Amino acid sequence: MDKKLVLPGEFISDDVERAGEGTFVDDGKVFSSVFGVASLKNQIKVVPLSGKYIPKSGDLILGIIKEITFSNWIVDIRSPYDGLLHISEYPRRIENTEMSRYLNVGDAIMTLVVDVDVNMKVELTLNDQRLRPVKDGRIVDVTPSKVPRFIGRSGSMIAMLKNETHCNIFIGQNGRIWITGKDRDMDLAVKAIKKIEKETHVSGLTDRITKFLKEIKGENVIEKEPDKEEKLRTEEKTEEEKTEMEKSGGILDELLGDEK
Amino acid sequence: MSKPEKLIENGIRLDGRRPDELRPIKIKVGVLNRADGSCYFEFGRNKVIAAVYGPREVHPRHQQKSTSAVVRYRYNMASFSVEERKRPGPDRRSIEVSKVSREALEPVIFQEYFPRSAIDIFVEVLQADAGTRTAGINAASIALADAGIPMKSLVSSCAVGKVDDTLVLDLFKDEDNYGQCDMPIAMTPDGNITLIQMDGHLTRDEFTEGLEMAKKGCLAIHELQKAALIEKYNSQLEGEVNDK
Repeated sequence: MDKKLVLPGEFISDDVERAGEGTFVDDGKVFSSVFGVASLKNQIKVVPLSGKYIPKSGDLILGIIKEITFSNWIVDIRSPYDGLLHISEYPRRIENTEMSRYLNVGDAIMTLVVDVDVNMKVELTLNDQRLRPVKDGRIVDVTPSKVPRFIGRSGSMIAMLKNETHCNIFIGQNGRIWITGKDRDMDLAVKAIKKIEKETHVSGLTDRITKFLKEIKGENVIEKEPDKEEKLRTEEKTEEEKTEMEKSGGILDELLGDEK
Repeated sequence: MSKPEKLIENGIRLDGRRPDELRPIKIKVGVLNRADGSCYFEFGRNKVIAAVYGPREVHPRHQQKSTSAVVRYRYNMASFSVEERKRPGPDRRSIEVSKVSREALEPVIFQEYFPRSAIDIFVEVLQADAGTRTAGINAASIALADAGIPMKSLVSSCAVGKVDDTLVLDLFKDEDNYGQCDMPIAMTPDGNITLIQMDGHLTRDEFTEGLEMAKKGCLAIHELQKAALIEKYNSQLEGEVNDK
């Protein structure tokens, strides 16, 4: 087994060269610094079972506007540190007095961390091709350290989730997940996400979740005639949804840099 | 209860323990949903609950340190935790216990990982029976691990003392009240002492012997702390399997 549950201060290895995140080196030995799951592939690192999001430059995250100051939006990014979004980082020119018309307190934004300095001042931007306005859908919170598991190896988990639930899903590095789609599909997606969060470290998770989703969906089909359902779907598709769907395709593939 | 004639009879203490025996311990991890980490800890008839929040923003602002996190520890006894109602709120004793307990945990926490933030630890004593600060430290150290806070190791804590001229481990109420010495100790499993206090008198030899006893006690507690954390992880998984 290359995976192991470890506690703070537990000895992991003698190989100091490969010590990575979640570990510390003392007297030529590698110890775990957190309560989490250690993996010994390539690099020795420990993924904590819980913990706060610590911003890094280059992270794509979901933030919620918390406060408006003279020329900055202060953004809650689920971290001990606030995000700062300067007025000049908004895609177009805005007057100071009009800031709340574009982004008001409580609005959600998909944003990019541009810089984090030594004082943990977190600068955000909206000037990026990959960003989309968060206008509809739902946001689900998960443990930030588990984010890689939601994406899966080269995006397998997220691709499967999107496929099975017909939702568009964006996973912020800060553990906020944004889902857009039809209400019933979103319910399904939320269920799957909760399950993934609980079973993060079980092996073969992607397959288990696929099975889980298929089971639930199987029940749904029995409730309704498949034919009718199909009809309903096309009828329900409003103008807005259509545009949303068109948009949705590319986002994540771009984010993850994987091919279709 | 007035002073009993003898605190130790035929090498057995009033509560039926041998001198080097700990009181029974019960640990439950993750008992509070809103806290980032939490732990319920029973140490004989002591019952304490610890909650950890953070790292989070520091309020009031002037307390923050620009290069590391501040650790704040609040030890509080519930008014119903002792026979005679305790006046609620911080008093001289609980302020002191908070300070020494904080200093018992600070050396193991990687504070420099989280500049300008605060790690808040709250320990509430629900029922007291001597040794609440040691129970509090044990609970807090588990709660810190549960909150995912990076640490060099866990901290375990227990007391040694002297009653009827005999060294005993982990004193309970009567021994504490009528004994000759009480010495709470906190240490990491590799033997670095982070807290040591002494109330009463010990000879030099008794002190070294007592320290050895405490070390053994702390190691035993450390094993239980580890087991409790691992059990939390396993029970989460099992719960999920049963759900299906």
